[in-house]
Amino acid sequence: MSAVAAQGAAVARERRAPKGLWLLILAIAASILAYALQGLGLHGKVPKDLVLYGALFAGAAIAGWLAIRRLAAPADPALYPTAVLLGGLGLAMLFRLMDERGRVDIARDQAIWLVIGLAVFVATLWFIRDIRQLDAYTYTIGLAGIVLLLLPIVPGIGYEINGARLWVNLGFVQFQPAEIGRILIVIFLASYLSQRRELLATGVGRFGLPRIKDLGPLLLAWGASLAVLLLERDVGASLLLFGVFVVMIWVATGRPAYLLLGVVLFALAAYIGWLALPHIQERVVIWFHALDPKNVNGIGYQLAQGWFAFASGGMVGTGFGQGSPTLIPYVGSDFILAAFGEELGMLGVAAILLAYLVLIGRGLRIAIERPDAFGKLLAVGLTTVVGLQVFTIAAGVLRLIPLTGVPLPLVSYGGTSRVASFVILALLIRASAGPRVTRKGA
Amino acid sequence: MDRQIRRLGFAFVALFAILFAQVAYIQLYASGRIVADPANAARQIRAEYSVERGQILAADERTVLAKSVPNRDPNSVYRFLREYPEGSLYGQLTGYYSRIYGYSGLERAMNPYLAGTAPEFTAQNLTDIILGRPKVGGTVITTLEPALQRAAKAALGSHLGAVVALDPTSGDVLAMWSNPGYDPNGISTGTDQQITAAWNDLVQDPQKPLVSKAFQELYLPGSTFKLITASAALEQGWGPDKTWPNPHVLDLPQSSSTLENFGNEVCNGGASSVTMIEAFTESCNVTFGEIGLELYKHDPTALSQQAFAYGWCPILPPDQLTCTEPTVPFTLPWEPGRFPDPAYFQENLPKVALSAVGLDNDKQNPLQLALETAAIANDGTLMQPKLVTEVRDNAGRTIKSFGDLAFGQPISSSTAAQMRQMMISVVEHGTGTEAQIPGWTVAGKTGTSTNCGLEPNCTTPPNAWFTAFAGPPGQPPRIVVAAIVIDGGSLGSEATGGRVAAPIVKQVIETYRTTLGR
Repeated sequence: MSAVAAQGAAVARERRAPKGLWLLILAIAASILAYALQGLGLHGKVPKDLVLYGALFAGAAIAGWLAIRRLAAPADPALYPTAVLLGGLGLAMLFRLMDERGRVDIARDQAIWLVIGLAVFVATLWFIRDIRQLDAYTYTIGLAGIVLLLLPIVPGIGYEINGARLWVNLGFVQFQPAEIGRILIVIFLASYLSQRRELLATGVGRFGLPRIKDLGPLLLAWGASLAVLLLERDVGASLLLFGVFVVMIWVATGRPAYLLLGVVLFALAAYIGWLALPHIQERVVIWFHALDPKNVNGIGYQLAQGWFAFASGGMVGTGFGQGSPTLIPYVGSDFILAAFGEELGMLGVAAILLAYLVLIGRGLRIAIERPDAFGKLLAVGLTTVVGLQVFTIAAGVLRLIPLTGVPLPLVSYGGTSRVASFVILALLIRASAGPRVTRKGA
Repeated sequence: MDRQIRRLGFAFVALFAILFAQVAYIQLYASGRIVADPANAARQIRAEYSVERGQILAADERTVLAKSVPNRDPNSVYRFLREYPEGSLYGQLTGYYSRIYGYSGLERAMNPYLAGTAPEFTAQNLTDIILGRPKVGGTVITTLEPALQRAAKAALGSHLGAVVALDPTSGDVLAMWSNPGYDPNGISTGTDQQITAAWNDLVQDPQKPLVSKAFQELYLPGSTFKLITASAALEQGWGPDKTWPNPHVLDLPQSSSTLENFGNEVCNGGASSVTMIEAFTESCNVTFGEIGLELYKHDPTALSQQAFAYGWCPILPPDQLTCTEPTVPFTLPWEPGRFPDPAYFQENLPKVALSAVGLDNDKQNPLQLALETAAIANDGTLMQPKLVTEVRDNAGRTIKSFGDLAFGQPISSSTAAQMRQMMISVVEHGTGTEAQIPGWTVAGKTGTSTNCGLEPNCTTPPNAWFTAFAGPPGQPPRIVVAAIVIDGGSLGSEATGGRVAAPIVKQVIETYRTTLGR
C-alpha cells in the first residue's frame, strides 16, 4: 500500500509542475518585460509589436523546452531557463541599442539567429541521443575541429575584420568557424583524454612531471593556440582554446603539474605574441592608459567609454533606454556588458554574472553526476569554454585584463556565437539526461 | 576527477568574485569620480538631454517661458529639445540651454530642479526607476507677470534701456525687460552650425543682447542717488523741512571747481534758502552737494554706510569695481550698485559733493534702484528680490518654495514715511509730473546722467532714469517700477529722466493698475 501511495505521489508531483517550468516562465516574463521597458525608456511608450514579440519569444522558448521534455526527459531543469533569460535580456538590449542607432534590422537578424540557434539546439538533441555516440569518432572530430579553427587562414575564403582574421565567407554564408571548431576540439579532447588519462597521469620524478612523450598533445594544443594567435591574430580565441585544454588535462589527470606547465607555456606564448604582434602591445598600453588624456579620445576611446558607462550606471542604472551606451563603439558585441552596467546598474550586472555562475555551476554538477570519464570531461570542457569566455570578455571590459574581443555567450551580437552557445547547451543538456550516478537517497 | 571539478567550481566562483569586486568598485566606490572625468562630457550632455527637463512658467502658471519637447529627428542622439515659446521676451531671464554653450539664467540657477537632480527629487526618481517611468524634471514657477512684462517691453519700445517692476512687500520681480533682448531658441536648438552662427551673432552685437541692462550692467545713477543722500540726512534727524543755503552754484571746497544745478538753473525761484523737500522735488544738485558735505563733516562714513545698507557694495575706486562685501542675494547672478568705501574720500571734499548727487564713482542699474524704492515703499524693510516662487514635481506637488526674505532695514519706518512724502512731491509738482496717474498715488525720483559724468566736452546723450512706487490713494504702495533709457532715447541730448523715463514707468504702472491692481 505504501509503495502504491509513493508511486501516486510521484505521479502527482510530475503532473503538478514539471521541474523547471516555473523557472522558464519567469525567464520568459523577464525577457518580455525587458523588451517592453527598453521601448518605454527609449520612446516613452511600450513597443507597438510587444504582443507579437512576446508571443514569438514565448513560443520559441516553450518549443525548445518541449523538445527537451520529449528528447531528453530527465534533463537538468535550470540550464535551459537560465539560457533563455540571458538570450532574452541580450536580445532586448540589442533592440534598444540598434533602435537608437536606427538599425533595428540588425537586432531582428539577431532574433532570427536566436531561432536558428534554437533549431540547431533541437537538432542536436535529436541526432545525439546519447553523449557517448561522440566518443566513437575521436580523431575525425579532432581533425574537423583543427580544420575549422584554421579555415580563416585559407586564402580566398578567410578574411579579416578589425585586424583579426577569423571570418570565413563561403559565398552564401559568412561565419566564424572557430566558434564551432572550439566545440569539436573539446569533444576531441574529452574523448582523447578519457582514453589516455591513466597514461598521462603517471608522472616521473619528485614533482610527478609527465613524461616527455605524454606531453605531445599538450604541446600540440599549445601549437594550435599559437597558430590561431599568430596567423589569425585572434587573442581571445587563442587564450580560450589553450585555457580549456589546460583545464581539461588537469581534470583528467588530477596532476597540478599540468596547470603549472600551462601557466609557463601561456607566459611563453604571451611573450611571443608580444614580440610578434604590435596590436597586442597596443592592447596592453590601452589597458593601462585608456584614460590618459592623449588616449581617451583615441586608442583608449572604446575602453574609456565602457568605463564611463559602468560608472554612470551606479547601483541601479539609468534604466533601460535612458543611458548613452551607444557612445561605445561595438557596444552590441564586445561591450554589451557595459551597456547593461549603464542602464541596469551594478544590480543588473550582478544578476547577469550570477546567471552565468548558475550555468557554470549546473554544467559542473552535470559533470560530477556523469558516471563515465568521457561525459565528465565533455561537460567540464564545455562549461569551461563558457565560463572562461564570460570571464575573458567581462574582465577585459572591466579593465582587469587587457581586452580581447570575444562575445558574451548568448547575450551579445553574433550569429555563429549564438549557434555555438546553443550547441554547447544542447550537449550539456544531453549529458545531464544520460546515465547518471545515482546518489544515496536520490 | 570529481575533486578537480569541485576545485574548478571554486576557481570560477573566485574569478567571478573578482569581477563582482571590480563592478562594485567602478559602479559604487569610484562612480562619482569617474563620471566627473572631463572626457565623459558627451555622456553628461546626452544624459541631460535625455531627461524631459522641467518647464519654466510665468506667475499665472499658464504662460510657458521654457519647455522641453521630444526631438522629432529620430536619428538625433538628443531626445528632447528646449523651446522658448515667448521668444526674446523672457530670454535674458530664462537664459539659454545649449548643448554647445551650456546654460545661463534660470536654466542655470534652477538646473538641479529643472533636471530633477536636486535632493528633493530623490523619492520621485526612485519611484520612476522602479516603475520604469522616464525621469521628468521639476516645473519652476516664476514671479513674472506676462501682462506687465509685455507692457514693459512695449513701453520701452525701441529705446535702448531696461525696466524692472517689483512687488515691494515680497521682493517678487513682476517684470524685467532690457532692450535689446535675445531669443534663446536660436542658441538652444538647431544644428551645431546654426547654434554656433546664432551665438556668434549675439556675442558680436555691440548692444550686448546677452547681457541684461536691468541687472547685469552698471551706469552712473545721477540724481536718483539723492534717494540715498536724503535717506542719510533724514536718518541724521535733518527733516524734509530743514532749510539749506541756496546759492546759484556750489563752490567745491579744496578746489576751484563748482557744482551746478541741472542745466545751470536756479533752485526754488532763486530764493536765498531752500527746504530739503523742495530741493528734492526740483532735484537741486547744489543743495544735495551741501547735504553731502554736511553729512561728511558730521560723520565721514554716513553716506557710504547708507548706500551699503541699501544693498550697494563697497568698492575701492578709482579702478576697482569688485565688491569687497557680499550683497543682496538674487535668483540670478547680478551686479549690485557700487559705492566707494569711506576711505576713498579721505578729505577729498569735491568727490563727497559729487558722490552725493550720483555723479562720481558710483554705479547702479534699474534693479538696484528698484530695491531702494521698494524699501522706502515697504516702510524701510528691504526685501530680497526673487524670480522664483516654487518648484513642483511632475505630479504637481510643491517640493520647494522660496518664501519672502528681508535683506535688512536700511532706513527707519519714519524715515521711509518722510521719503515717501518727498517722492510724492516729485510727481505732484516736481521733475516727475509726467508719471502722474489720475486716481492713483504715484511717487518717484528722476535722474539724468552721462556715463562720462561731469567731464568737460562730454557730448554723449545722457542716460535717463526714473523710479517710482504706486498704489491706490491712502493704501500702502503695491508696485515699484524703475527704468533707464540709455543715450537719451528719442530726445537725444535733450533727454531727462522726467521727460523720457517717467512716461515709460507710468505706462507699466497703468498696466499694473488695470490688470493686477484690482
